[in-house]
Amino acid sequence: MSERASESSTQSERASESSTQGGFRVPDRGRIDRATTHRFTFDGVAYTGHPGDTLASALLANGVHATGTSVALGRPRGIGAAWAEDPGGLVQVEEPFPEPMLLASTIELVDGLVARSVAGRGRLADVPDSARYDAKHAHCDLLVVGAGPAGLVAALTAARAGARVVLVDEHAEPGGSLLGGTDRLDGAPALDWVAAATRELAGLPDVLHLQRTTAFGHYDDGFVLALERRTDHLGAAAPRNRSRQRVWRIRARHVLLATGAHERPIVFADNDRPGIMLAASARTFLHRYGVLAGRDAVVFTADDAAYAAAVDLADAGARVHAVVDARAQAPAHWRAECERRGIGVRTGRFVTGTEGTDRVSAALVADADGGERERIGCDLLLVSGGWNPAVHLFSQARGRLRYDDALGAFVPAETLPGTSVAGAAAGVFDLDGCVREGARAALGALAELGIEAGGVGALPTADPVPERTPPLVLWRVPGDERAQFVDIQRDATVADIARAVGAGMRNIEHVKRYTTIGTAHDQGKTSGVVAAGITAELLGVPVAALGTTTFRPPYTPVAFAALAGRNRGALYDPERVTAIHDWHVARGAVFEDVGQWKRPRYYPLPGEDMEAAVLRECAAVRNGVGILDGSTLGKIDVQGPDAGVFLDRLYTNVMSSLRVGFVRYGVMCGADGMVLDDGTVMRLAEDRFLVYTTTGGAAKVLDWMEEWLQTEWPDLRVHLTSVTDHWATFPVVGPRSRDVIAAVFSDVDCSKDAFGFMAWRDTRLDGVPVRIARVSFSGELAYEVNVDAWHALAVWERLIAAGEPHGITPYGTETMHVLRAEKAYPIVGQDTDGTVTPQDLGMSWVVSKKKPDFVGKRSFSRLENRNPQRKQLVALLPHDRTVLLPEGSQVVEADRLPEPPVPMLGHVTSSYRSAALERTFALALVKAGRERIGQTLHVPVGDALVPVEVTDPVLVDPEGARRDG
Amino acid sequence: MQLIRCPWCGPREETEFHYGGQAHVAYPADPAALSDTEWAHYLFFRDNPKGIFAERWCHSAGCRRWFNALRDTATYRFHAVYRPDEPRPVIP
Repeated sequence: MSERASESSTQSERASESSTQGGFRVPDRGRIDRATTHRFTFDGVAYTGHPGDTLASALLANGVHATGTSVALGRPRGIGAAWAEDPGGLVQVEEPFPEPMLLASTIELVDGLVARSVAGRGRLADVPDSARYDAKHAHCDLLVVGAGPAGLVAALTAARAGARVVLVDEHAEPGGSLLGGTDRLDGAPALDWVAAATRELAGLPDVLHLQRTTAFGHYDDGFVLALERRTDHLGAAAPRNRSRQRVWRIRARHVLLATGAHERPIVFADNDRPGIMLAASARTFLHRYGVLAGRDAVVFTADDAAYAAAVDLADAGARVHAVVDARAQAPAHWRAECERRGIGVRTGRFVTGTEGTDRVSAALVADADGGERERIGCDLLLVSGGWNPAVHLFSQARGRLRYDDALGAFVPAETLPGTSVAGAAAGVFDLDGCVREGARAALGALAELGIEAGGVGALPTADPVPERTPPLVLWRVPGDERAQFVDIQRDATVADIARAVGAGMRNIEHVKRYTTIGTAHDQGKTSGVVAAGITAELLGVPVAALGTTTFRPPYTPVAFAALAGRNRGALYDPERVTAIHDWHVARGAVFEDVGQWKRPRYYPLPGEDMEAAVLRECAAVRNGVGILDGSTLGKIDVQGPDAGVFLDRLYTNVMSSLRVGFVRYGVMCGADGMVLDDGTVMRLAEDRFLVYTTTGGAAKVLDWMEEWLQTEWPDLRVHLTSVTDHWATFPVVGPRSRDVIAAVFSDVDCSKDAFGFMAWRDTRLDGVPVRIARVSFSGELAYEVNVDAWHALAVWERLIAAGEPHGITPYGTETMHVLRAEKAYPIVGQDTDGTVTPQDLGMSWVVSKKKPDFVGKRSFSRLENRNPQRKQLVALLPHDRTVLLPEGSQVVEADRLPEPPVPMLGHVTSSYRSAALERTFALALVKAGRERIGQTLHVPVGDALVPVEVTDPVLVDPEGARRDG
Repeated sequence: MQLIRCPWCGPREETEFHYGGQAHVAYPADPAALSDTEWAHYLFFRDNPKGIFAERWCHSAGCRRWFNALRDTATYRFHAVYRPDEPRPVIP
């Protein structure tokens, strides 16, 4: 075993000293605008770059490879690839807006960019993001993902046939792999053809071509989500009103994936140092950005493609000290090209390790059994283990994959309806093949869609390529497993996989979760297949038998802000306000959210808190007159000859016997007999009812009615219409309410005999139709004034004005709750929870004994429903009249808590201070509650047990004397 | 996100629909004649097959109409949709 320092290593050390002083920009290469200079800083150091650069290419042009340290081990890490597959080069952007963990390789350089290296983790912005994000829908015949050679040919073929085409590509410009190489088509630079194809697409109707747009999720039935980056690349010139990012929701009849391939690394010891990079990425940095990624390069490969990188870098002025080819035989063409440039080719040898501190300084090379060790100095180590087709979007849509032994990668194993794969994504790696397959896939899609493929033009022809030597599938080189990084971002090594296998993991999904390989920002683009290969080796099974982990969206990270789009802040959920909302605001109401509604909760006078305001409002209603905006109550217009029969089947009581001109209270139950909703029903005509629901139950009740009508009783002639927003509803409540109503509606006889409880009258106010109903949700004399929403404010103001002499007091939902609770009127959803029957609420009177059936009836006779131990609604009066029980408190029997589990008797559902009772009170659901009336129970509040008396729940005016005034 | 074919509106986004459980579970003709056990079976018991399942769906954010569907619970694919008054189709 001999160790010989290679001659070239001394050269390289000199070379890298000098190169750090000069730049790494190569003249006459790259697609950057050298006439314009962008200034940026990285870790506080000022640098320059050019339009067309990424942050990665600009850093490399300035000799900077390292972008931070790793999350678990704190090892230096750097730029490892030229695009989204890079597992290493994450940075923190500070300006223009702080964003953590972005890939330097995908950040387009703009003037004024400020970025920092990342020590393991980034930092979220602590200021609000002022940028706007939005979403847009697109529908097309054919969606082509990827504007490389296969995708462009496919898009052109389909667009020329007149298909509606969407073409998306994640780079700043089209061309795909052609941007990073020197390929030629029809005897000219391939990018000339790309430009012509792009121009032609722009001129064809029904083509939407989006660059900087990453298709990140592929779902059922041709649904693809794509993220368009719209302003970041414009820097300060970005229009302020343009959304920063847009989520495209694309529904395509056919999805054609031309997503290319990712180069695959080979794992060896200390393979994570800055300066170690995928071979084709170095070529991309050279040809696309005009940057030499290093001056002194070593190339380690098991495939032909990396030779092009060696040759191109040498031609651009780098010293390429060796191509280390793991295969026994080097491809003859490429060996000759290397020899012509003085590049030594070593076959049957491996890079077994590296040296370096903040950057690779040497590659350690040996043969298969570790012999003939050699140290080659370098500042750039390029690696290529072959190529992995980018099958992510295919797999996301549940396409099955197959392991290809020759490629050492997974390829699509089936054709999915409405989906095809072309080019490198399908395992086709030569340019001619990509062009042909792109056209073929497009023609196949057009045939599937029934679109006549008319004038498909001649396909461009690539220059002849040297014959390919089969790649060697090589996952890793023998060595120290603890230093062999499989997932560089997660600091996960071969030793971690060995530990997972040793712990009994046999499934690649388990190994992934145990090791975290493939869970970082890159989702295993370079590490996934390698991890499968190494796991299979350790388990002694074929890779095909092990399979790969499931690919899931998103393909690249997507900010939550982009997914949220405009649906945030006030646009997150609709806000509903009543027709007189502005009056409430002007009156100083405090609002509460009831579903989507904004409802006045109380109207504090100067200096009042809620407690004081509510006590005042309650007293005003019980002693004088109050007015409530009840417009949010749900209203359903039920029409048709069978309307009465229909309501009889849905309500527990009889509605068909209600006479026109009258109102009836009703309860609706589920088939299980539990209370669903309650409210009043007006009969407007023989074939017409107006159903009032709770504010929160409006949509639910309409759906419930429709479901029964459509699915069980389609023979009933009934139509349902929501009229919630059409009618404003103003209960005028209290002993003085008759005076107010009589004053405003002089033509209505408001006397007790002429206008009795549960009757309604139509009238007009200055020509405006008004409906008045004598219903009460407080136990007081009350008139509910209904008017269409347009005239609501005028009528409300007339009522307020007429009430002035009587001290009319607007009151909110809190007072409404107290008043109804004093009468034990339940609030569905507060005093009930889906396990409560009308009987539990003490409302057996609302359950018809006469009707043969209605929804819920059969459940009332179930054994469990007759259990005397069921929880029943009662009132609880704390012995201390000032103690307010927290709603939700448990109710227990004993005055001392036993060891857990403590037997629970029930819970407090509503709890208030009562002006009428001059004390606190509560409603509660308590086991066998009605039998316990008169007993003392206990409610744990904090550390105390509050003694309470169980009483009948109706606490105010139990004989009902007040409702008629 | 699937496209679901509403029998009245045609193919629409999955998010426009809501699920309504097993289809062809008729409300009993005479609930009073049922034992507690039989009534409980109507209320609470539903099939849960792997494979083709006849289900109720509602185009709740569209035409608001109910329909039935044959859907494969393993693949989620809809194999047929039909109106409530139509018999369950036979699929190959």
